[in-house]
Amino acid sequence: MTREQRIVETFVELADTMVDHFDVIEFLHRLAERCVELLDCAEAGLLLVDAAGVLRVMASSSERSDALDLLQSQNEEGPCFEAYQRGVPVSSGSLTGDPARWPTFAPMALQKGFRSVQAIPMRARGETIGALNLFRATTGYLVEQDLLLGQGMADIAAIALLQERTVREAHGVVEQLQGALSSRVMIEQAKGVLAERAHIGVDAAFVRMRAHAREHNLRLSNVARDLIDGRIDAASLGSTDGASIPER
Amino acid sequence: MMPTDRLSVVLREIVEADVDGSPSLVDHVCVAAVSLLSLKGAGLSLMVDGELRGTAGVSEPGIALVQELQLTLGEGPCVDAWTNRAPVLEADLADPAIVRWPAFARAGVDAGVLAVFAFPLHLGAIRIGVLVLYRGHPGMLNTDEMAYGLVLADMATQVLLALQAGASADVLHEVLASEPSHWAEVHQATGMISVQLGVSLDEAFVRLRAHAFAEGLPLRTVARNIVTRRQRFQETK
Repeated sequence: MTREQRIVETFVELADTMVDHFDVIEFLHRLAERCVELLDCAEAGLLLVDAAGVLRVMASSSERSDALDLLQSQNEEGPCFEAYQRGVPVSSGSLTGDPARWPTFAPMALQKGFRSVQAIPMRARGETIGALNLFRATTGYLVEQDLLLGQGMADIAAIALLQERTVREAHGVVEQLQGALSSRVMIEQAKGVLAERAHIGVDAAFVRMRAHAREHNLRLSNVARDLIDGRIDAASLGSTDGASIPER
Repeated sequence: MMPTDRLSVVLREIVEADVDGSPSLVDHVCVAAVSLLSLKGAGLSLMVDGELRGTAGVSEPGIALVQELQLTLGEGPCVDAWTNRAPVLEADLADPAIVRWPAFARAGVDAGVLAVFAFPLHLGAIRIGVLVLYRGHPGMLNTDEMAYGLVLADMATQVLLALQAGASADVLHEVLASEPSHWAEVHQATGMISVQLGVSLDEAFVRLRAHAFAEGLPLRTVARNIVTRRQRFQETK
């Protein structure tokens, strides 16, 4: 498949998913995964601003704990924080070459094997609501074409966040975002519940939750709630760790 | 105003709230809400044994009646916010087209309440209560007021969970002043502890927080020890 076909397919897939009662958590996770496939990056994540003005992790392509950590560490500095504050794309082509810019973020990113970063603001209804973060294992910048595509992905993420009815009587952006972030916390709580019940790590727990959701055509957030409430037991979420997750 | 200032504004209001003779921080949260959002009053109901019961805090005694009436009648924004796990906003309680709470709407208007905004107190799947804001004039909250309402509900949640974990007044101040914890491992550890101890998520969070207080460690450090299985909570009878 050519790159163009792959891009078209991704947009069609994302648009198809954005129907009634779609799961914003699953959607944004998939979007982050597609960013890694389509753009020149090793890891992608989304940060959203909460009602207090703090940036919080909403999605990550790998969902690995160290990736979540690196994203969340950008509360006060880092490319996402800057992209959010200024409302423009922010990048560093070489994290080693620019040590004073982000004294906390840069060493953390380097230690996790990333050499360059790109952050793209997410905008909705005239406000910046967060940022898409792309981490790369090599130095250099995204080519113009990829940056445009990245902005398109960030825009789709913003639309999805405002369209999803996590909040039944949503009147504004801030409520919608708060509702989505609350679902995100529930996913983390469910990872812990499953990890302990199945004697596995939290990262493996996410893989199982997602595989179960896909296999049974359930919303990821419903799987999380059912795990927490004990309506599905750990044993029924097969051990597919490391195995490929079936595509629909 | 930068949105990041909202947190410090809310904190200052809570700490400086002028509450006659009440040392309760929960009352302080309600008073802070009144002064920040030009309200008639604010009330906070808490969950007990899985159900929403009674009133844990009010801005002034008169508002307790309106708050409790909803639990007695089994209808109203307080009840709906609890059930829906989402904010419930009514900009005009006197509007005859409002049919969702006929009994409460009548009683509220009689008590001088013309708009009501209820915010659930939750942290992921943890639910602990509802904060309800009452206004003496109709009209929707604007964007900034809405954000303040959500931040107040978040702070109330943090305060109440810390209180349940046995936080003393001075430690509470620290809890409030430190940024609410958004680290994934805190929530993951909560889930793990709930299984280790066979308790609900809210109880697990309280135990995690209590342990951090007792050891004088940051919440995140304890959480990380749990997630990496360097430490586990044991059931003790």
